[in-house]
Amino acid sequence: MMLNKNNNLYAFSILVKKEIADHIRSWKFIILLAIILLTCIASLYTSLQELKNTAPAPNDPDAAFFFLKIFTTSDGTMPSFHLFVGFLGPLLGICLGFDAVNSEFNGRTLGRILSQPIHRDYFLNAKFIGALIVIGTLFVSLILLTIGAATLLVGFPPTFMECNRLFLFTLLTIVYVAFWLNLSILFSVRFKHTATSALVAIAIWLFFTVFYPIIINIVAKAVQPNPYASEAEIMHYQHFMLTLMRFAPSQLYSDGTNMLLMPSIRSLGPLHMEQLQGAIPSPLPIWESIKVAWSQMVALIACTIVCFAASYYFFMRKEIRC
Amino acid sequence: MDNPIIRVRQLTKKYGDFTAVDQLDLDIETGEIFGLLGPNGAGKSTTILMLLGLSEPTSGEIEVCDTDPVRSPIAVKRLVGYLPDNIGFYEGWTALENLVLTAQLNGISYTEAKQRSLSLLEKVSLQDVANKKVGKFSRGMRQRLGLADSLIKDPKVLILDEPTLGLDPMGVKDFTSLILRLSREEKLTVLLSSHQLYQVQQICDRVGLFIKGKLVADGPIQNLATHLFQDKPRHIQLKVHQTDTQRARDILEAMQDVKTIEQQNDQFYIDADEIIVHHLAKKLVEHDINITQLQQRTYGIEDIYAHYFEGGSTNDAK
Repeated sequence: MMLNKNNNLYAFSILVKKEIADHIRSWKFIILLAIILLTCIASLYTSLQELKNTAPAPNDPDAAFFFLKIFTTSDGTMPSFHLFVGFLGPLLGICLGFDAVNSEFNGRTLGRILSQPIHRDYFLNAKFIGALIVIGTLFVSLILLTIGAATLLVGFPPTFMECNRLFLFTLLTIVYVAFWLNLSILFSVRFKHTATSALVAIAIWLFFTVFYPIIINIVAKAVQPNPYASEAEIMHYQHFMLTLMRFAPSQLYSDGTNMLLMPSIRSLGPLHMEQLQGAIPSPLPIWESIKVAWSQMVALIACTIVCFAASYYFFMRKEIRC
Repeated sequence: MDNPIIRVRQLTKKYGDFTAVDQLDLDIETGEIFGLLGPNGAGKSTTILMLLGLSEPTSGEIEVCDTDPVRSPIAVKRLVGYLPDNIGFYEGWTALENLVLTAQLNGISYTEAKQRSLSLLEKVSLQDVANKKVGKFSRGMRQRLGLADSLIKDPKVLILDEPTLGLDPMGVKDFTSLILRLSREEKLTVLLSSHQLYQVQQICDRVGLFIKGKLVADGPIQNLATHLFQDKPRHIQLKVHQTDTQRARDILEAMQDVKTIEQQNDQFYIDADEIIVHHLAKKLVEHDINITQLQQRTYGIEDIYAHYFEGGSTNDAK
């Protein structure tokens, strides 16, 4: 029985290896990798330029977090690193997942793999784990390289607190890309043609990045309270708008990264004057920052798991027959 | 071993209202080559997928190598090599890499997998293209690579789904003789499905005729014809010298066993219940009639083919 278990693990690792090899050899991944690398280098370069020219003001509570600022600062010409990742990350996830199952189905390799002595779910799990390893390696090395380059440039290492926050930021980014990956894997299980699943996934991504904000604006105009409305009404309106915005996964991600990369942020929603009174403008400890954006992070993880569960369910019931 | 290596009882598979396989009973003995023959859509591939545990039967029992593929598909898949119709390979990979992947999925270490793949590639005479990408392979090469792929786990049973589909006549001959040779060498049990009766009949020890989800008949192919057509009237073709036609007709009409007579100049087509050829010949000779041709038509593979494969659906509709 022990041997059996080892055999299974061995077969699974073979499948994962095959996935990783497929990804890093594929042109779509190489092209997207080049785009991401170029944009990230550009944005990091501009932010380092900006930080070099304008030393942080002494009263800036984030001044102590130089390494976090690299990822959020921009001189206005280029969006900052975390905005870029928020924009291109989904594309990366979609690119790695949209043809995961249906291309193997159409190429009739699915039947061949599944007629080997492996559990059926190994196939799907390997698809997910393989792509996740690729994504994880990409972002971990990207962020480590950035920190390394910045350390060389400024001459002092990041603090422990910064490392913690950057680690969580990396984790959150991976989860965010994994969400899009799982969504596109789900479509690849459901749709027979790779083009359909790619287009549907990209349509959803476009909807949330371009059209959803427009719709939100329209709704905002419609429900906007009178400028002389009571404070409670205005608060209620703002909470309502924030709730609407958080249906977009990109909003969840940017809420989370903002909290992690800008320790001075105290709340993601509106605050009363009374709440701010007497507050010292100092950075929050990491745990407090996490608490503020906790629900957003959990929502993102939950979305990822739901997508994976759905694709698992559909995959297990799929007829292999062509 | 007394137990059949594949044992199927009352197997049924339904897709909604459509019954793909209908209460199938099938026994395949160890070491034989069994041909599952039937027209397209008869349920052959569905049966095969259920044997492998890749598809769940609606009801019925299956045992492959004393294991139930529904309950423990992995144990069955370890013992059964499967060559699907239209096998797919990773096009960008070489033949060797594709085989090594399959071997590794069967728990074989890389070095051994490579060794085994190379020896199998030699067996199917693909050793020269081992390091070429599969995308450039011809249909026949793919099929041979597929055979190597299904043999790499050292199976006890080999299941081939339409292995000769899309091959040219020479390719079919090569491929079937390859299967025959390999199965005799390795003492493999082979189950192969096909709708091309002519092409596989030579290598099958036994065939099963599969029509509309039902096994109509099974047995050695020669017995099959007699079994299937035992109730049919015998056809006799008679050709006599032109001057004797009228006399011959009189004799025929006088015979009791003869059911119908059709005449075209000097040719007669006779339907009869019992075998009367020698009887008829004797009579004709007695009457001094010059016979130029006398032939009883026997039912053979051609008739099975014509009856079930080409006109099968119209026959059933009646």
